[in-house]
Amino acid sequence: MNAEELLYCPTHEWVCTTEENGETLAIVGISAFAVEQLTDLVYMELPSVGNQVTAGQEFGEVESVKAVSPLYSPVSGEVIAVNDELADQLETLNDDPYTAGWIMKVKLSGALPETLLDFAAYQKQCAESS
Amino acid sequence: MDHKLLQTSLYQWHVDQGARMVDFANWSMPVQYQSIVQEHQATRSCVTMFDVSHMGRIRFDGPGGGKLLDRLLTRSVLDMQLGQVRYSLICNHEGGILDDVLVYHLESPTGVRYFLLVVNASNRQKIVEWIAAQWPDESVVEMQDRTVDTAMLAVQGPAALETLQPLFDFDISAMKYFRAKVTHQMKKPCILSRTGYTGEDGFELILKADQALQVTQNIFAAGRAHDISPAGLGARDTLRMESAMPLYGHELNEQLNPLEAGLGFAVSFQNQAGNDRDFIGCHAIGQTKTDGVKRTRIGLQLEGKRAAREGYAIYGDGQIIGEVTSGSFSPTLQYPIAMGYVNQSDMPLGSALEIDIRGKMLPAITCQLPFYKRT
Repeated sequence: MNAEELLYCPTHEWVCTTEENGETLAIVGISAFAVEQLTDLVYMELPSVGNQVTAGQEFGEVESVKAVSPLYSPVSGEVIAVNDELADQLETLNDDPYTAGWIMKVKLSGALPETLLDFAAYQKQCAESS
Repeated sequence: MDHKLLQTSLYQWHVDQGARMVDFANWSMPVQYQSIVQEHQATRSCVTMFDVSHMGRIRFDGPGGGKLLDRLLTRSVLDMQLGQVRYSLICNHEGGILDDVLVYHLESPTGVRYFLLVVNASNRQKIVEWIAAQWPDESVVEMQDRTVDTAMLAVQGPAALETLQPLFDFDISAMKYFRAKVTHQMKKPCILSRTGYTGEDGFELILKADQALQVTQNIFAAGRAHDISPAGLGARDTLRMESAMPLYGHELNEQLNPLEAGLGFAVSFQNQAGNDRDFIGCHAIGQTKTDGVKRTRIGLQLEGKRAAREGYAIYGDGQIIGEVTSGSFSPTLQYPIAMGYVNQSDMPLGSALEIDIRGKMLPAITCQLPFYKRT
């Protein structure tokens, strides 16, 4: 996945949509900037397949040595797949946050929220916050 | 935001090293450079340097200094030898802990004898005011807050001794733990002490603020052979946690007394001659000693990866019995560790408790403190 083609939450989750079996799915992960800011990741609480997630609401959490951070869903819908291997290999998030580091796939229950940022806007936000 | 915060004399050096700067007790301090875990492990395996200039440094001159401090501190000051450093507490009249401190008894090269108190950054103002309120009538003590015009560096780890030795013209290995010496580093005056807050061997240096950068560069030049790296407050916190050293605002506060905090060793009811001491809080703490404590500081070991953090409830037999005060995943032990208080006079080691980790009850076992002790 190319970071420049993804959409982002101000809370550092990324999302992209894809068509699978005639349905629109959203793939969700967290940005390289978030991974760098968190550093020293030790634990990730993933959602379960079948969970309903809501845009802007917490769907999991990521814990570093220093702190716990909630993960917020960029989209609303049903979780249909979870990257279970990620929890045991959090270094994947450092190496490849946009492809191998995906967190969940969601069957969308509506359109993507308009509040999502494109790459340029997200980069700008990161530059201003660091 | 940063413009309001105090900066140590190494501020720009930290930024140049890639530090992430945070507000800590109104100081802009490096929390980490690259990774807390790397900095933690480097301290355990070789050597790191921490800028701890935010710690308060208060100097007491004059013949009444020892007597004043002896009245303020839970451990005896009057019987300290020159070059000795003591860990102690400052309590209020109710026995509540106002701060935990190091007191140094020093002699300058010109033969002036004085005491130095190193206090927590977050408590500096409170302690200065507390001391001023206890001031003796006679003008036999001069108190100077030297925090801003001095700097303090902590060089910690098994290679700290080898790193620093070339910088001094005497055998620093002969310095025992909790000893200090007024000396110089390349003609720059400095107080060198064998102290630290990491559980490793190490030294701390107190310098003139405007000479700290040069001395830091000297330390890094000397430490290159030992892979010296800078370490921030993040690693300082996980290192002190593994060593079960209390942190003010977490394990210590004004509502707790030294015996509840498990710091009975830092309270001397008598001096070396065996006479009763009269320090502030001694009656209240003495009463607690007679009645027994109502709370106990405990160590907890958890399974998995999720840490029990400050404020999380501790359960025993389904009831809330206490609260976590500090916790983290331990980089050395590779499991989560935590400290906290339970509302009972005793808690056997190996007790099976539970901690409410954001709505999930996870098992925890009480264990011996410290979690980590260097071999």
